[in-house]
Amino acid sequence: MVTYILIKLILVLFVFLLALTVAAYSTYGERKVSAWMQDRIGPDRAGPYGLLQPLADGIKMFTKEELIPSSSSKYLFILGPSLAMLTALMAGVVIPWAGPIELFGQQVSFQVSDINIGILYIFSVVSIGVYGIMIGGWASNNKYSLLGALRASSQMISYEIAMGLAIVALVMKSGTLSLAEIVAQQEGNWMNVVYQPLGFLIFLICAFAETNRAPFDLPECETELIGGYHTEYSSMKLGLFLFAEYINMFVSSAVISSLYFGGYNLPFQEYWGLTGPWLAALQFGFFFLKIVFFIFLFMWVRWTIPRFRYDQLLHLGWKILLPLAIFNIIVTGLVMWANGYLS
Amino acid sequence: MLTNRSKSVVKKEMSLVEKLYLPAILSGMAITFKHIFKKPATVRYPEEKREMAPIYRGHHVLKRDDSGAERCTACGLCAVACPAEAITMDAAERKPGEEHLYREEKYAAKYEINMLRCIFCGLCEEACPKEAIFLTDTLVNPEVARDAFIYGKDKLVERMDHRIDVSKRQTADVAMFKHSEMDAKHNKVYKDKTKQ
Repeated sequence: MVTYILIKLILVLFVFLLALTVAAYSTYGERKVSAWMQDRIGPDRAGPYGLLQPLADGIKMFTKEELIPSSSSKYLFILGPSLAMLTALMAGVVIPWAGPIELFGQQVSFQVSDINIGILYIFSVVSIGVYGIMIGGWASNNKYSLLGALRASSQMISYEIAMGLAIVALVMKSGTLSLAEIVAQQEGNWMNVVYQPLGFLIFLICAFAETNRAPFDLPECETELIGGYHTEYSSMKLGLFLFAEYINMFVSSAVISSLYFGGYNLPFQEYWGLTGPWLAALQFGFFFLKIVFFIFLFMWVRWTIPRFRYDQLLHLGWKILLPLAIFNIIVTGLVMWANGYLS
Repeated sequence: MLTNRSKSVVKKEMSLVEKLYLPAILSGMAITFKHIFKKPATVRYPEEKREMAPIYRGHHVLKRDDSGAERCTACGLCAVACPAEAITMDAAERKPGEEHLYREEKYAAKYEINMLRCIFCGLCEEACPKEAIFLTDTLVNPEVARDAFIYGKDKLVERMDHRIDVSKRQTADVAMFKHSEMDAKHNKVYKDKTKQ
């Protein structure tokens, strides 16, 4: 029992540090990618190739003056960014990082917690995440922040439905809500994206909206709302909001890779002749590559597409993605019925 | 309709492919992806500097002649020509034994340019009959105090160990242009002065 708890604690610490490191270097990556796409050089002053830039940014964030507006509700004002950060980190718990292995005569699974409703768990945690933004925007007592918070909440509601329905089709196909099982099913099989291309597309678009990334970054659009929900925030509280966005991006990439792209599974891994820890390490590396690709995709899209207008955003969510997701469910059901899965 | 270039705007229905929006996104993403491999248009500034145009108008220099004597005679034509009124000077008479310092018997004891007022138009250079003041391709340094932008002779006069080549700004064309323009300009300045 003690070893079990110890292993889980180490894993939690590892996932925590991984999420923070990846998020920190995503900020660097974001700036570099945007620079390359705009024919610029990007940050290259702090350390070789600017690799210490996240550290410098962190020091800057921590040492800046902390401002709490006198007209704000102080406790809620502090609660907002804390909640955003907390929920962002919590979602990483159910992701399987590599296949289970035998180590010292013990079954070790690289998943902090194999909840049998893992997908539902992620959904609930991510939807709590919007409370951080809402509370922060409300407590600031600033009209721009309030507008940003309002936009964030209605955007979340609109896109969560389409996202959930996209997942329903996948769950129908997999027959389980556990992430570990969904990933295990894809071992030696085609990836889920082959069976659910439309579902994947809807899920991807909704993931962009859920993480408040461009072209769905209306809650924080600098040009219209001078920062949206974090207008009044300064110092590390602002840092937590920005950081939470990058952690969300990391977790979404991990979830997309697990659900639709085979998670930690290597292509043709039964022919590689690897077992035990080596296989697990390689699986983790491959999974990480998939995650990095999706984070790059997030950035790629952000620096390509302009922001939606607000009515276009809601139009897309309710009138296009939602019917498409329902259509996807019906088609999936029909195909399964035709193949005799439902009897 | 004078130029025949005006086009009437047509707002036609979008086709299905256009309505899908995804092909447009993909082509946009292809464009941004191509740009990743392009050579950056920017440079790492303090280490790497862009080549200035040969007649770039930057920081002024008060030239010395070949023997090292200052060319400026404090005639004040540059100050008069200056549209921003950035130049002030005090004249003084050369004492015996200072021939190696000043080329002619009158010189500028104080010569100041306020770099915050200066618009770097180069009219001072054009007005100078002694080929004493030139604009160079060096930039004016940033400072934190306004007073620091008033450049005196210590910053303006060419240093003997660091001669500045202004031959680029002394091409035959420029010289000829100056020569023909100079008399007219001086006369005009003189006329303006007498009118007041």
